[in-house]
Amino acid sequence: MELCETIWGSRRSGEAEDGKGRDMKDLRGGGDAKVAVSDERKKRRLKVAHPERCIGCLSCMFACSRINTRRASLDRSAIRVKTQGGLEGDFAVVICRACKDPPCVRACPRGALEKRENGRVIFKRELCDGCGACAEACLIRAISIDSEGKAIKCKHCGACVAFCPHGVLEMEEVEE
Amino acid sequence: MLRRVLYIDLDKKESFVEDRYDLFEEWLGGTGVATQLLLEECPEGADPLSPRAPIIFGIGPLTALFPAMTKTVAAFKSPLNGELGESYAGGRLAMAMRFAGHEGLVIRGAAESPCYISIRDDEVKIKDATSIWGIPATVVGYILREVEAGVGRRSIIRIGPGGERLVRYAGVVVDTYRHFGRLGLGAVFGSKNLKAIVVSGTEDVELPNSKRYRDIYNQLFKTVVQTDAMEKYHDIGTPINVNVLNQMKGLPTRNFQDSSFEAAENISGENLADNYLLRRVSCAHCPIGCIHIGMLKTSFSRHHEFEIRKISYDYELIYALGSNLGVTTPEGMLELIEACERQGLDAISTGVVLAWATEALDRGIITEEETLGVPLKWDGVEGYLEAIERIVKAPNDFYSTLARGVVAASDRYGGEDFAMALGGNEVAGYHTGPAFIFGLAVGVRHSHLDNAGYSIDQAAAKKPLTPEEMVDAIIAEDDARGVYNSLIGCLFARGVYTPDRIVEALGSVGIEKTKDDLQILGRKIFDEKYRFKLREGFDLSKSRIPRRFYETVSTVGMVDPETIETMMEIYRERRSWG
Ligand code: SF4
Ligand code: SF4
Ligand code: SF4
Repeated sequence: MELCETIWGSRRSGEAEDGKGRDMKDLRGGGDAKVAVSDERKKRRLKVAHPERCIGCLSCMFACSRINTRRASLDRSAIRVKTQGGLEGDFAVVICRACKDPPCVRACPRGALEKRENGRVIFKRELCDGCGACAEACLIRAISIDSEGKAIKCKHCGACVAFCPHGVLEMEEVEE
Repeated sequence: MLRRVLYIDLDKKESFVEDRYDLFEEWLGGTGVATQLLLEECPEGADPLSPRAPIIFGIGPLTALFPAMTKTVAAFKSPLNGELGESYAGGRLAMAMRFAGHEGLVIRGAAESPCYISIRDDEVKIKDATSIWGIPATVVGYILREVEAGVGRRSIIRIGPGGERLVRYAGVVVDTYRHFGRLGLGAVFGSKNLKAIVVSGTEDVELPNSKRYRDIYNQLFKTVVQTDAMEKYHDIGTPINVNVLNQMKGLPTRNFQDSSFEAAENISGENLADNYLLRRVSCAHCPIGCIHIGMLKTSFSRHHEFEIRKISYDYELIYALGSNLGVTTPEGMLELIEACERQGLDAISTGVVLAWATEALDRGIITEEETLGVPLKWDGVEGYLEAIERIVKAPNDFYSTLARGVVAASDRYGGEDFAMALGGNEVAGYHTGPAFIFGLAVGVRHSHLDNAGYSIDQAAAKKPLTPEEMVDAIIAEDDARGVYNSLIGCLFARGVYTPDRIVEALGSVGIEKTKDDLQILGRKIFDEKYRFKLREGFDLSKSRIPRRFYETVSTVGMVDPETIETMMEIYRERRSWG
């Protein structure tokens, strides 16, 4: 079983990105944006803190697919930046909001999504058959199905935060 | 790496894909490859507006893989100056082509009736566009967005009435805010009855050597978001140049009669950013976000009813439709920009043509009989708006001549001394000195972005440069940009992509090159472009340099024609042209 896509905080890969990311933010004077730190106990989640500041550069999407799937891809990104009425309109930044009682977990007929006691939701990619029930269940459309027919969902690793040039994204600690 | 070129034939209504390893191995991508495709596809002496003349688009090996590698090149035969047509645009087109799986796109022939092309991965459809023919470029975007798939990942490029009616400097609007502006690609679209192209794709790119790639990626990303150079594009944007050039006497004003403008502050980047800027947006995969969108709010009744228009502005537009027409208000200037956007005209050429016409009328070379009563005068925004419409509609000989560019207009009516074009292309917004003038004369597409002569002048203003030094700097820049434009990066990030970093970035995606290889390649690409230019009749020795350049004080003082002559001699020698 691959413990790769969890809804809560810890991350399997891309630690290096975090360190660098922090530098980047600090050096840019990017304010108090909290950056992901690997910590098994703390629950952190990605938050779209300032959606109205988005410039639609897609750097976050490329970061997510690059770091988590080793691809340059929009499809493999768990964060999605959508245009609403073309570039003249506002951008919408869509991510998994880490629900307390995740409907995606309930919807999956194959048990590919599983909520653990510590609050994490584990995604078992090999069990996923791409039926799309999870994607359907999530009204904010934070889950999509990639070209290999597997679900793509944010694991709240925080890697994208460092690549947003406009401070749209933050990691926040979650109380439960 | 993709090596695929998509060929679309509008005559036969068919398309096919060919792997062109040969071309990409030798010429890297972008402009290197596009120039070869143009040489292959365009028969010698072809009428640029005939079905025989092709349209080529290209992206490069770094497209979508690195920050600010956002440009697509278009290569064609220019209907404006009859030789090399080349133009670059950002937006989302490069990314869309990459994910559709095509590194090159060749369009042949012409459609019998209005059409648009929809490309989705390998699926190509040539669709009827009768119902959107005649519709402004701005509005076509909304319409196609509704009927075509690929939200968020697609690119929609289109022409306006200017291109349909073959205005020789009509451009192609890319994703609302970016353009293939220069040298008349819009007219070539029009001549093919081609209103628009929609591109989207679902492929992605596997990253070969992940760690190497991520290291260089992070380094580049970090530098792009941090450097001072970037700060300039990102904060005030390119319009920061208005005040800067004005202070150094380099801001062309009223058709280059002056090089500073008393109302510069009004139309400055600072004023626009403080009082009109609505937001900034970015090309796909560029963290800079230089695209500044201004809000023009005009009331249309006395009851607080407003019309809101969102207009992207850049330095060159402010020069062309602001200072160079003596326009003193941001509202007037924004309105003129919007008129060009709707008609799909290149703003620089339009501004220069109008400036010439204004001066010509002032000097009595033409009369209101020619202008059909339109009063062309400095700061006369209403008159200019009317003139723009008439250039497109061409109701008489005068306006149809204006639609052929400022050289055609001065050939017909006189006033060549103040017809501000070089190499048949209307000049960009700098009167900085000899390097700018000379750079435009020799540059492959006679554009300020060929070799950035203005920045060499700026350096010379601080510490004088000899003609040799200026020529060498121009040659180095000309050649280096041939490589950068093959990758293809946004020129605003050029400082970040040093030769070492380019070598590393290419290596990380499996293309091993040395700095020497790239330098040689740059030179070769330049030569190939000149091969096309010469083949189509370009003759550098016949360069027509408007006298006005020598009559108005520039950033480095008065420019002496002899300096240009000397530079020309040195240049021929350095390029071994004898
Ligand atoms: S937090 Fe991690 S998984 Fe979620 S969108 Fe960002 S990079 Fe992707
Ligand atoms: S990186 Fe930030 S600004 Fe760019 S698209 Fe993502 S959220 Fe928007
Ligand atoms: S700097 Fe501006 S034009 Fe260049 S890629 Fe970025 S957003 Fe596009």
